[in-house]
Amino acid sequence: MRSLALLLLCIALGGCDRESHETNDPPLPFHQGDLATTTTVMAGGTRPAAFDPRIEHYQKNAWHVSEGQRLYEEFNCVECHAHGGGGIGPALIDDEWIYGSSSPQIVATLIQGRPNGMPSFRNILTEEQMWQLAAYVRAMDGQLAKDVPPSRGDNLAGPPPITLEKKPKLHDSNDEAGAR
Amino acid sequence: VNGIQSAADPAGAHAAITSDLFGLFLGVTGLFFLLVLIFLGWAVWRKDRGSQSEQRLRLTVAGWAGLITLGLFVLTIGSYFADRSLAFAGAGQPPVRIQVTAQQWWWQVDYQDAVPSNNFATANEIHIPVGRPVHIELVSDDVIHSLWIPNLAGKQDLIPGRPADLDLLPRRTGHFRAQCAEFCGLQHAHMALDVIVDTPEQYAAWKAKSLQPAPPPQTPEQRRGYAVVTGLQCAACHAITGTPAYGTVGPDLTRVGSRATLAAAELPNARAWLERWIADPQAIKPGNRMPKVPMSSADLHAVSAYLETLQ
Repeated sequence: MRSLALLLLCIALGGCDRESHETNDPPLPFHQGDLATTTTVMAGGTRPAAFDPRIEHYQKNAWHVSEGQRLYEEFNCVECHAHGGGGIGPALIDDEWIYGSSSPQIVATLIQGRPNGMPSFRNILTEEQMWQLAAYVRAMDGQLAKDVPPSRGDNLAGPPPITLEKKPKLHDSNDEAGAR
Repeated sequence: VNGIQSAADPAGAHAAITSDLFGLFLGVTGLFFLLVLIFLGWAVWRKDRGSQSEQRLRLTVAGWAGLITLGLFVLTIGSYFADRSLAFAGAGQPPVRIQVTAQQWWWQVDYQDAVPSNNFATANEIHIPVGRPVHIELVSDDVIHSLWIPNLAGKQDLIPGRPADLDLLPRRTGHFRAQCAEFCGLQHAHMALDVIVDTPEQYAAWKAKSLQPAPPPQTPEQRRGYAVVTGLQCAACHAITGTPAYGTVGPDLTRVGSRATLAAAELPNARAWLERWIADPQAIKPGNRMPKVPMSSADLHAVSAYLETLQ
């Protein structure tokens, strides 16, 4: 009984990682050549992206996500993307994007800017801030682990992206008959 | 008891009223405390020395009840008059209007004037003229803070979405220190504010200077610093009037060189501290909102050389 309680405690403490934050992270290596490329369509599906430790570092941490939320407001992303619903710019609460929706791809978009209005944030945000922002944007479209982002946002939210849900079953008259 | 951050050393009308009321309370309650002790001692002393008549006991209790009533009356009347004097201190004169916005973890200070071109912003430092009432509008941008300038007035909470205000009437010149008095996060303890009470002439001179745009860089090193500040991440958050730096997220830096302290009264404003702060803000105030901006040491020296000239 006691060992079970100890085990449960250990499991519970393991969950506290999401709240921990180093205020003085050592800078993660980053060079211009590292910039992620946009997703390319290839026969037989896309090539899996190279493993990047920064993805997990920022996406699994509630502190970084909340800093990203603050930056999203302060640097006026709302102007074009609203609170994820889009308007002048594309919506961010869906999950399939023109220039890619993985964290490294979002950071590349922030650094380089994109045609038709997305400005470059090079030398406006630091690299760490871009990763935080990317993590928050990913939280908007429901792609982070459930325990990281706040369970209820401050702003209006849509339903979760359709592409993330199970495909709805087509209407099947047999099922209906069976139910009766 | 005397100091730059002490409610017992009032330098303003409001703080003096509160301090006097505190004195009255201390005197009255102290007197009663003394009386209780005397009676207690007397009771212990007379424990084994026979009984007293019912008549005298009744008289004593009645006298005691009368004294308590009188004491409470004195305190009530004292509080009433203190409250009225607080409400009317400095009334009748046009006040200096300032808006103070608390942020995690620094103070934004906006001087407001009926003429919009006379508005200007600064941060973590308030200058006010002696003998003139000051009306401070308090706003919070994130969580609950509280502004406490012990030498000038009582504390006032800043609750997000709920405007509050604070009146001051400084009586003597001096340099005072204010502090956030409501826990507001990691760096709550390092969220202070310099309050400088000037003579009217000094204040007018300071205000005239603050309305000017920032002085342009002179030496090659300062010019390099200017280029770094306006070209890198600094300009995205900080504003320097008259330059392309117009961020509104962080403290205004137009007169940063003239301030007494850095980082919300955390560091003395000296070249060495300025460089340490820019090199790694998270090492000095862990968790604060200023990121480490990577730059070469030559750039760092140039930036501090330029910022120092912003007087």
